[in-house]
Amino acid sequence: MENKLTRNLYMVPYALWIALFVIAPIILVLYYSFFDIEGNFSLINYQNFFTPVYLKMTLSSFWYAFLITLFSLLVAYPTAYLLTKTKHKQLWLLLIIVPSWINLLLKAYAFLGIFGTYGVTNNFLEAIGIGTQQILFTDFSFIFVSVYIFIPFMILPIFNALNELNPTLIDAANDLGASRWTTFRRVIFPLTLDGVKAGCQVVFIPALSLFMLTRLIAGNRVITLGTAIEQHFLVTQDWGMGSTIAVFLIIIMFLFMTITGTRKRGI
Amino acid sequence: MNKLIRVFAAVVIASLLLLFAINRLNSAVGFSSDNTLTIYNWGDYIDDDLIDRFEEETGMKVIYETFDSNEAMLTKIQQGGTTYDIAVPSEYMIAKMLEEDLLLPLDHSKLPNLKNIDERFIDLPFDPGNKFSVPYFWGTVGIVFNREMLGDMEITSWNDLWDPAFENEILLIDGAREIIGMGLNSLGYSLNDTNVDHLEKAKAKLDTLTPNIKAIVGDEIKMLIANEEAAIGLVWSGDAADMMWENENLDYVVPSEGSNLWFDNMVIPKTAKNIEGAHQFINFMLDAEVAAQNTEWVSYSTPNKEALQYMPEDMVEDERFYPSPELTEKLEVYENLGKKNLALYNDLFLQFKMHRK
Repeated sequence: MENKLTRNLYMVPYALWIALFVIAPIILVLYYSFFDIEGNFSLINYQNFFTPVYLKMTLSSFWYAFLITLFSLLVAYPTAYLLTKTKHKQLWLLLIIVPSWINLLLKAYAFLGIFGTYGVTNNFLEAIGIGTQQILFTDFSFIFVSVYIFIPFMILPIFNALNELNPTLIDAANDLGASRWTTFRRVIFPLTLDGVKAGCQVVFIPALSLFMLTRLIAGNRVITLGTAIEQHFLVTQDWGMGSTIAVFLIIIMFLFMTITGTRKRGI
Repeated sequence: MNKLIRVFAAVVIASLLLLFAINRLNSAVGFSSDNTLTIYNWGDYIDDDLIDRFEEETGMKVIYETFDSNEAMLTKIQQGGTTYDIAVPSEYMIAKMLEEDLLLPLDHSKLPNLKNIDERFIDLPFDPGNKFSVPYFWGTVGIVFNREMLGDMEITSWNDLWDPAFENEILLIDGAREIIGMGLNSLGYSLNDTNVDHLEKAKAKLDTLTPNIKAIVGDEIKMLIANEEAAIGLVWSGDAADMMWENENLDYVVPSEGSNLWFDNMVIPKTAKNIEGAHQFINFMLDAEVAAQNTEWVSYSTPNKEALQYMPEDMVEDERFYPSPELTEKLEVYENLGKKNLALYNDLFLQFKMHRK
């Protein structure tokens, strides 16, 4: 009896945390989404969400989040693979993680300097004869900087999956006459798929609601649902509409988690 | 559970002890609400020598704190943790603070220097009769441009911005009222227009400006324009003054169609303890010579008519920051349009941002 009591006592911080910081906010967001700007109960926000403006915004958020995830994956997978082959794995891994310790805002400001008209990149392009290009405030710079910021989060789970891969399986594939490509396609990739899914989740979901980079790096030429939420809460003070968009983001994220969710197969 | 209660009680007792200690410390060094004055102002917005002079003249101790946005200031005052005696919000924030009942009325008999303020800046719609606020500095929204980069092309009006020659050269500030306002002004409508038809037209007109717009950014605009990232920017006159200080190729113009006129104002928030001192300070800042010295230091436009005679002539005659009476006629102060209309402005602004080249 005594034992059960102490165990319940240890549960208190955890339960409080979940209740206060996970469940309560979600309920509040849901609750606020049912009020219009005058504070009356209504479904107008949901009606507004299904207008071309917000649907277009949702599609564009999706598109950019998809591109960011795709490019992160394309860079991260080979990197993680090479990492597992290096001698000082942990050191290399550390070097990749270190940039993520630096504040996001600082990194974004650094890119303003790097990509600017008189920045390092354009000086280089000028020197090799291509001439100055507009890099800042384009889709390219937005996706580039986002990928740069998210890449450590993509590399880590893939690296772990690759690292845990039993090398004898690859030897077996070779012995049985599989080409390198077949080995990758039929053995390595399926066995690291869980890592890839985890990486995609960690990148895609935050990418969906990026809002600071859309202003700093994309100069508001890219508008995501995150931008709209920020504006509704801070400028318009239309908490209802902001919450409604947040509700849809939560639903989208939930769907994405379910689709990419890992079902542990019995071993 | 007992343990938890004990921990909780310990936290409460510790907080009370700290509170007591702070109180004792404050009174030990002579900080009490009678002879200290806590001022809450924007950063870089006062000549520090004037604070010293005020302390010398009145024997009061000034505690000076700064904020960087009206919203941040509002939040701090709502919380009420610090006893701010003076705050300096912009005019639209005054309307909001009045709605939330956060301001104390001013006693005009204690502010004889109020007569120094230019009549044009007295009794404005956001505070009829100046019952709660006194203007501190004012300014406009306009166009900053780089003479070197534009060559001999002139910009004098909003409509000049639509010139195809300025392709990809314009940076805008990220403010719904300012940008939709530019659209309204360029069509000859009022900045406070709430006619949906007019607003739609303004938005459609703004869409056609898209090829010329390089980006819509926040405070970074100061750095970007000073670094010549773009040749033209839509900014507040105060920011323009900062940029021109950084880069001497820059020039500023208040567009001929008219524009916004904004004010930062001294108020006494509900948190005030030293109300007498707050009045003394406001009256001190309204003194002609003091205002002149402060204006020279801050380099914004002063509403103090008497101060102008103590200021250098080139400063007073600079039409970029003290526009001619004809142009001033066309400047409008933002009215509080209400949440619903503000939401409409924001929706249109969002749609404008989503319009691609």
